[in-house]
Amino acid sequence: MSNIKYILGSFGDPDEMMHGIEKLQENNIKIYDVYTPMPIHGIEAKLGVKRSRIDVAAFCFGITGTLAAFSLIYFTAVVDWRMNIGGKPAFALPDFIPIMFELTVLFCAFGMVGSYYASTHLFPGRAPRVMDLRATNDRFIIAIDAQQGAEHTKVDSLLKEAGALEVKYNERKYISYE
Amino acid sequence: MGTHNYNLSEQFEFAGKAKTLSIVALVIGAAAIAYGFSDHALHERTFSNLLLMAYYFACVCMSGAFFLAVQFVAQAGWSASILRVPQAMARTLPLAAIILIVVCGLGLYTHDLYHHWNAPGLTDPKSPNYDKLIAGKAVFLNVPFFLGRQVIFLGVYSIFAMLLVRLSANEDLAGGLNSYKKSFKYSCIFLVVYGFTTPIFAFDTIMSLEAHWFSTMFGWYNFAAMWVSSLAIMAIIIILLRRSGYMSWVNNSHLHNLGQFIFGFSIFWTYVWFAQFLLIYYANIPEETVYFYKRFENFKFWFFLNLVLNFLTPVLLLMDRDNKRSDNKLLIVSILVLCGHWVDYYQMIMPGTVEDKAGFGPIEIGIAIGFVGLFTFTVLSNLAKKPLIAKNHPFLQESLHHHL
Repeated sequence: MSNIKYILGSFGDPDEMMHGIEKLQENNIKIYDVYTPMPIHGIEAKLGVKRSRIDVAAFCFGITGTLAAFSLIYFTAVVDWRMNIGGKPAFALPDFIPIMFELTVLFCAFGMVGSYYASTHLFPGRAPRVMDLRATNDRFIIAIDAQQGAEHTKVDSLLKEAGALEVKYNERKYISYE
Repeated sequence: MGTHNYNLSEQFEFAGKAKTLSIVALVIGAAAIAYGFSDHALHERTFSNLLLMAYYFACVCMSGAFFLAVQFVAQAGWSASILRVPQAMARTLPLAAIILIVVCGLGLYTHDLYHHWNAPGLTDPKSPNYDKLIAGKAVFLNVPFFLGRQVIFLGVYSIFAMLLVRLSANEDLAGGLNSYKKSFKYSCIFLVVYGFTTPIFAFDTIMSLEAHWFSTMFGWYNFAAMWVSSLAIMAIIIILLRRSGYMSWVNNSHLHNLGQFIFGFSIFWTYVWFAQFLLIYYANIPEETVYFYKRFENFKFWFFLNLVLNFLTPVLLLMDRDNKRSDNKLLIVSILVLCGHWVDYYQMIMPGTVEDKAGFGPIEIGIAIGFVGLFTFTVLSNLAKKPLIAKNHPFLQESLHHHL
């Protein structure tokens, strides 16, 4: 068993890369992931990437914010320390709404930023890890898990046929910016 | 995505069930108006309903023209293939404007529609009816100036609406970028005019029904209502056209955009509604709270139904991406939002005009159905006059390949 962990096909052109994905899929070679410097139309559908559930998460974060604001105001203004403001009842719901709205937005935004950092392993102070540095610049990278059993020579020739400018064999999963 | 082969000269044929149903609706409307005017006690109620639907009709058509202008100014590409629907609405604007002006004029001269500021002696210091507040507003709220503003505003909107429609028709024949550039220019001017005058238009037509009360939010509140209802109508027309085999180029992404618009502007409507409500509630000044007091005491059901239909329905049903892309769900929400804005206008108008004599019965339903029939008949006849796609629109390909 070799030490090679990932095979990377490095393309200079997005169309050729898409062609490469098709070629690999035709030959039943499982693609680990694809890294591109820019978003590419229709690539999720082609790779069968599941739809992000960030919307569900956002809704949950938002509702948490609404409830947090409501409980806070309810406790302070109705239960703990009632005050007479303009002769209104202590539990004056319309007054609560702006704060409930603001905390909904705040919790939702922070929650989504947090989820994004968590799912991309990217948060301030952490060196980002990438498989190939040039995927952040001018290259389109297809990564194949070398331990999956596909023949390396076959993967190599398929990638080159599709127009890969370079095929790399990485012994480590990530190289970092450090 | 391969190359598409659409029939770019496809033309809508207004016949069959749509035509029959819209004529039936018109007859129902006429019967409801006749019934309303047969009993003297119902005159004011009938007139308030006529004002409601005439205002709704004019607002929806105005916003059709507004939609066109927004698309040109934003240089939007996605909408290029559906522009004929708002154009058909814009072409209907002159008719809707005439109906609204006639209703307002008759309301002023033959009925007491605007009786809060238009009654004998209100501005005469010697009269027992003298009202100092109204007398102070008489410089603005007097019959000739009021009708003059109505004619000028609706006239200017109609001119711009027809101009944009005509430029698009020229584009079909001549091609090139000339029409597009002109449309852009006129759209910019139209948006400025529209933005400054629609609040005044809403102050006049609706807010002056209760002339002692005023709110600076009212104009934007009405703008939000007319814009959302117009988008909902557009979505309904497009979905129904697609179901009957027209506009095969409209895909789920176009519906998604319309759904986002309806969702976003329903929230905007709620925001403005609440901004108006909260300030009045919080400041608690009697001359302002009287407006909501009336609505909350005597129209409680409508007050809450308004919020349920116009806020909770679109927020809960359109939040999900799949729902915006599903024509069934978007259709249902659009219909609910349309009904919701009827309720919205209902509780804006009725407490000020008929007060405790307001009701919900054959007159309300009949007149609403009648105007729906009128809208369907005129808009679909206008739609049938031109091909369903602006084939020389410079962004047409972007729209045909629209994908979100």
